[in-house]
Amino acid sequence: MSPLAYILQKEFKQIFRDPAIIRVIFILPIIQLILLPMAADYEIKNINIAIVDRDHSPSSNRLIHTITSSNYFRLVAYSSHFNQAMQNIDNDRADLILELPSGFESELYAQKETRVFLAVNAINGVKANLGATYLRSIVQNFNNDFRISVLTPGRFNDLPVIETTSSNWYNPRMNYTFFMVPGILVLLITMIGLNLSAINIVREKEIGTIEQINVTPIRKTHFILGKLIPFWILGLVVITIGFAVAWLVYGIIPLGSYLTIYLFAAIYLLAILGLGLLISTYAENQQQAMLISFFLLMIFILMGGLYTSIDSMPEWAQWVTRFNPVAYFIEVMRRVVLKGSGLADIRQPILIMLGFAIVINYWAVLSYRKRS
Amino acid sequence: MNSKAIIVENLTKIFNGFTAVDGISFEVEKGEIFGFLGANGAGKTTAMKMLCGLSMPTSGSAMVAGFDVYKENESIKKNIGYMSQKFSLYEDLTIKENIRFYAGIYGIRPELITSKTTLLLEQLTLEKEANLLVKQLPLGWKQKLAFSVAIFHDPQIVFLDEPTGGVDPITRRDFWNMIYDAAAKGITVFVTTHYMDEAEYCDRVSIMVDGQIDALDTPGNLKSSFQAGSMDEVFLQIARKAKRSE
Repeated sequence: MSPLAYILQKEFKQIFRDPAIIRVIFILPIIQLILLPMAADYEIKNINIAIVDRDHSPSSNRLIHTITSSNYFRLVAYSSHFNQAMQNIDNDRADLILELPSGFESELYAQKETRVFLAVNAINGVKANLGATYLRSIVQNFNNDFRISVLTPGRFNDLPVIETTSSNWYNPRMNYTFFMVPGILVLLITMIGLNLSAINIVREKEIGTIEQINVTPIRKTHFILGKLIPFWILGLVVITIGFAVAWLVYGIIPLGSYLTIYLFAAIYLLAILGLGLLISTYAENQQQAMLISFFLLMIFILMGGLYTSIDSMPEWAQWVTRFNPVAYFIEVMRRVVLKGSGLADIRQPILIMLGFAIVINYWAVLSYRKRS
Repeated sequence: MNSKAIIVENLTKIFNGFTAVDGISFEVEKGEIFGFLGANGAGKTTAMKMLCGLSMPTSGSAMVAGFDVYKENESIKKNIGYMSQKFSLYEDLTIKENIRFYAGIYGIRPELITSKTTLLLEQLTLEKEANLLVKQLPLGWKQKLAFSVAIFHDPQIVFLDEPTGGVDPITRRDFWNMIYDAAAKGITVFVTTHYMDEAEYCDRVSIMVDGQIDALDTPGNLKSSFQAGSMDEVFLQIARKAKRSE
């Protein structure tokens, strides 16, 4: 038996005797995968709208009815005075004000056009933006319907309209869980992998057992591999649990092959765990290790392309994401799960990740010193 | 091969301008029980760590078990055992698992591990506790176990850093019996201690003060040259000269 076998045996025993680790590995992923996608919903509902109706005509009524029956808006105030509506914005009860001027209907019939006023509470930027967009499209539809029903066909033909219809490829129903869940799974194994490995060696430093190890003729590579392999296996187990949840709860089955994802995940985990071990060799105690890994995780997650698109980041930030392993995995995950990409399609990210894994682990072995 | 287990010349360790070990020189014979005394902060542990290959010397030279501490520290490690001041077996592993793990990384053959483990557990009368987690053991047993693990691979030299700290007198007696047994098997014992009665059990004793070795001789010779009745008095006379405190 090689010394490595004894080290692995010891590490596995310690992992399975630590109830905290077992909880982190098995329960955390399930809870997170069920809770997070529900919260991280990009569709915005329940936009509070205050309507100022100065017209009180059948047309204004019809428009208001269209808005409130759309499911996106909740009518919180209906009045004839703008100031009253503004009060609702001031005390944050409304997100939008739509003002329909007096003469809304008559102008619409007489002059064939009229103006409505839209005020947006931009404190919550995302909500305000989306709310305004939704509302604009509702008004647009109302407009089109009005033209068709009221204007003469002859006039209508004089105004050519270009309408854009889009179809969503790879995710035809734009089901956000299809791209959120695989992404969250990536974040999950990154967090678990990085944290567990980052506190591992440093824990031995704190307890003092590392000194007893360092005084043996153990080879540095054996020691690092002994730490890496158990967490690598656990990481693959967590991914498996994650895919089980994705299938059972969200009905997500990758269009591409699981094998492709596991191959990439296997290399990815080596890089992430190596990074954790690297932190562990430099940190003096567990707090330091946690702080560093937390800091890296924040950057990895925020610049990983899950919550904000990498393409819309400034150029320097896009450049930074090229060193972010999370960004590669999220990209690969989406391509395989939604688009059905195969090994040949993701060759480049595989090679880059392999490069990360080799450099980081080599560095971890170098920075682990048996002698101070 | 010469008869020296350890040869140290002008060994020095400086941490950020603080000279923890200041040019010490001494030799330890094979099979000797060598007591390495000194007040807290005198530099004993630092010196010991340099000899074990845990700490890089700043200057000077040292040969341990015939190997150079600078270039052959991994060879040294195959030939020494070490028991640190802080208990450092795995508390979340059982007695048997700890023995197996350390024996394994020293490259002992599996059959030999099994047979030696059985023998050791018998000697320690821990057969029934073999599958208990180490954290459940009382301190005295932990220390005996740590010592047994440190010499499980039959090293040439064993380094013991305050092995009996905080242990009751009966266990201390048992512990020294174990040290004598090891020495009888030809293992050189390099031991630090704060108990002066233990110093009397050593073949030779060195006393460190402020990073330097101030006295080195057999306990008997030390007592007569300092005109002291016990090692305690010898130690007090020498250690009082210390200028630096912890």
